[in-house]
Amino acid sequence: MNRREFTSAPALKTYSVLLLFLALKAAGNSSMAWGMKQVPEKMSLDPVLYLRAMLNPFVALGIAALILALLTRMALLSLADLSFVLPVTAVGYVIAVFLGKVFLHETVTDQRWLGTLLIFAGAALVGSTPRKDAQ
Amino acid sequence: MKWAIVAAIVVATVLGDLLQSHEMKRAGEQSVSARGFTRLLHTIAQRRLLILGIACNAVSFFAFMALVQTEPLSFAVPASSASFVLETLLAKFVLHERLSPKRIVGAVAVLAGVVLVGG
Repeated sequence: MNRREFTSAPALKTYSVLLLFLALKAAGNSSMAWGMKQVPEKMSLDPVLYLRAMLNPFVALGIAALILALLTRMALLSLADLSFVLPVTAVGYVIAVFLGKVFLHETVTDQRWLGTLLIFAGAALVGSTPRKDAQ
Repeated sequence: MKWAIVAAIVVATVLGDLLQSHEMKRAGEQSVSARGFTRLLHTIAQRRLLILGIACNAVSFFAFMALVQTEPLSFAVPASSASFVLETLLAKFVLHERLSPKRIVGAVAVLAGVVLVGG
């Protein structure tokens, strides 16, 4: 996507869908993490435990948001190349850590922030590598 | 234990993507119309490996549910990015793709990041 396309209507649509995807993913993950911590039985290999965990409203809401995120990502892939989508969605790692700290009151050490930034940069680099099967 | 769950997520994610990509390419181009959707369901039912691919995605999702129950979100989400490292290794050693320096640097940065996030 070059600079002239940046302000065009299709580009605006692409960025709106991108923002929607990031928001749904972040909200879904946070809601699911919040809900799962309220589920008393510890998850194991028993599938029944997972189905019962889905009865928790926050887990259910999280799953619904994550399904919508998946569909939104598919829509995004129809608007933009994978080599654009992968690097820009890598910012999701940073958002998740930020939400974990702010809303779930998790302790995020400097080391964890550094690791997250490395992952963000690394994922952006790997994702921006052109692939012959990108589309 | 947390690393075992991370490993399950990563292996299931990568295997699922690989199987789906392989099978969807063999199935040919799909459309998103109502008829196209019926055909897509038909394709899914016919291709066992595609079902296995979708099952892998389900395993990955349930493993992520288990991970966020005991671990902070600020560990779970970044740690699952280790899939980039496994994907790059598979691309090199199984698919024999030539890796660009950019991709190698990126994968090494992700690996270092995962180690730091978990420490």
